Amino acid sequence: MSLELKNVSKRVRGICHVKETSLTLKPGHFNVLLGETGAGKTSLIKLMAGLDGLASGQIILNGKDVSKLSAQKRNISLVHQFFVNYPHMSVFDNIASPLKIAGVAKSEIAGRVEEAAGLMKLAPYLKRNPHELSGGQQQRCALARAIVKESDAVFLDEPLANLDYKLREELRDQLPELFAGRGAVVVYATSEPEEALLLGGHTALMTDGNVVQFGPTSEIYRNPKDLDAAKVFSNPPINTANVVKQGDTVVLSDSVRWTATGAVASLKDGPYTLAIRPHHVLPVETPECSVRLEGHVQVTELSGSESSAHFDMGGQSWVSLSAGVHPYFVGEVHAFYLDPTHCFFFGADGALAA
Amino acid sequence: MKTQNQRAWLFVLPVLFLVAFNALIPMMTVVNYSVQETFGDNLFFWEGLRWFEEVLRSERFHNALGRQFFFTFMILIIEVPLGVAIALAMPRKGPWVPVCLVLMALPMLIPWNVVGAMWNIFTLPDIGLLGYFLNHVVGISYDMTQDPVAAWVTIIVMDVWHWTSLVVLLAYAGLVSIPNAYYQAAEIDGASNWAVFRFIQLPKMKTVLTIAVLLRFMDSFNIYTEPFVLTGGGPGNSTTLLSIDLVKIALGQFDLGPAAAMSLIYFAITLFASWLFYTVMTKDDNKA
Repeated sequence: MSLELKNVSKRVRGICHVKETSLTLKPGHFNVLLGETGAGKTSLIKLMAGLDGLASGQIILNGKDVSKLSAQKRNISLVHQFFVNYPHMSVFDNIASPLKIAGVAKSEIAGRVEEAAGLMKLAPYLKRNPHELSGGQQQRCALARAIVKESDAVFLDEPLANLDYKLREELRDQLPELFAGRGAVVVYATSEPEEALLLGGHTALMTDGNVVQFGPTSEIYRNPKDLDAAKVFSNPPINTANVVKQGDTVVLSDSVRWTATGAVASLKDGPYTLAIRPHHVLPVETPECSVRLEGHVQVTELSGSESSAHFDMGGQSWVSLSAGVHPYFVGEVHAFYLDPTHCFFFGADGALAA
Repeated sequence: MKTQNQRAWLFVLPVLFLVAFNALIPMMTVVNYSVQETFGDNLFFWEGLRWFEEVLRSERFHNALGRQFFFTFMILIIEVPLGVAIALAMPRKGPWVPVCLVLMALPMLIPWNVVGAMWNIFTLPDIGLLGYFLNHVVGISYDMTQDPVAAWVTIIVMDVWHWTSLVVLLAYAGLVSIPNAYYQAAEIDGASNWAVFRFIQLPKMKTVLTIAVLLRFMDSFNIYTEPFVLTGGGPGNSTTLLSIDLVKIALGQFDLGPAAAMSLIYFAITLFASWLFYTVMTKDDNKA
């Protein structure tokens, strides 16, 4: 079982919403579409679901070309960011609706609805109307509708975005478990890098209607293919700077330079773009974070367990993210230390060099 | 600590005056007339509930009330489904939306007495566009000044022409506020057009439709100007609706007592029917 996209694209009035994309999505793990708002995640999901027509290419679901089939003939489910349920139907009828339309026997419907409702912890609320449920329960109801159908592909389009923090965490923990062993290809769109990492599986990074990179989530996180991929997969935004490699030294500025080690040592001399994630730039010196920088602190944020500081370093705005609470003085010069072994070096063409 | 400051009442005074002058005082005048016999030179004699009894027993009132209910029933049964159907057929986006909306709003912008006069001329058998066409081209004998059935058809068609737009605009507002996600969910489920209407569009339009029915009920139940200008209540008394009859009694015969009693009964019926309808329609929403 798999969902295969071959050179799929979508244009609306001449504007490209999804550029030519080829992907093979497998069941058994989450396939996360990660990208900012407007990156084309929802457009791509609508193409896969059959809610929009393709401009070019083919979509193959379980070996069958479904490019020309309407959404209802593809045997798929979709859960939206908004809580979409039939307004004046009970939770039971809502969950049962795809089965009823598919013509499943009444005796079987009751069992399957109760099973899905049990998984989604909705069993006590089957007789209520959706508007009598909390937001989290409404979204559970929508998820139960997706589960009960036993579709070949399930699309979850930022399903947790409208839930509050606690519910989001709770439901996110349950999701991979819910779909495990169902054999459906699960596609999950999100704009939060953290969510992609928590869900595991595979991730496709999207920018401007393009899938920049696709592969196992942790691998992509460690080896972004190019600067775009690195930018998508970092929150807070990844720090970048222009550096020059000269012999065995990396030069960031007159005062910031260090000795190249590992793969960086074998790079050709010349200019590179350096990128480093905020949590590898700390306000204190450690054995790993050994290269000293200085910057004017502009903005600081405390989240309780983490402190972040935005600082200006020769016209470049960088972010440092560290565990614990650090006292910063806004407007003053502060020392930061970067970890030279966790820097990405991108060549002039934007591709990862080391 | 307790501050004694009564100045806040001053802010309420303007509203109090406004309501008093446009509602309470006129209403109390009517109540005053309804329990007394009034003669010229402002002579009043106490009559108690006699006028109410008289009105409620009079056959003339029963007939007018019957005609009024029939008219309102026909208006609701035609205008609400028709309005919803037109709203469903209107485009949701694109350049035609403003065109449709303006076309829909046009009939409502025409003053009521002009509507009556327009339809009067329009349907005259000898010179009216419709009247002439039906009588001399199609060959149907149609004269709303002579034939009660024709008169009824004309006042109903006129009201449908004038006021269906209100239902259309309200239903349309309800329809465009439904997020696309609902239609997508229905499409994935493979729901039929009827199921989309029954289980998504209709429930989502319920609030605006409740308001539409309420407004159309009250307006059609209190209608006066258009049928008065069109038929004057005739031929005979066949289209004499409650309001037309009321004006005849009050200003034609100058029977102020019975007319006042009748308008209070009229008011009570409108109020009660509106309350009943609204309570029934919103019953489900309150039990949560």
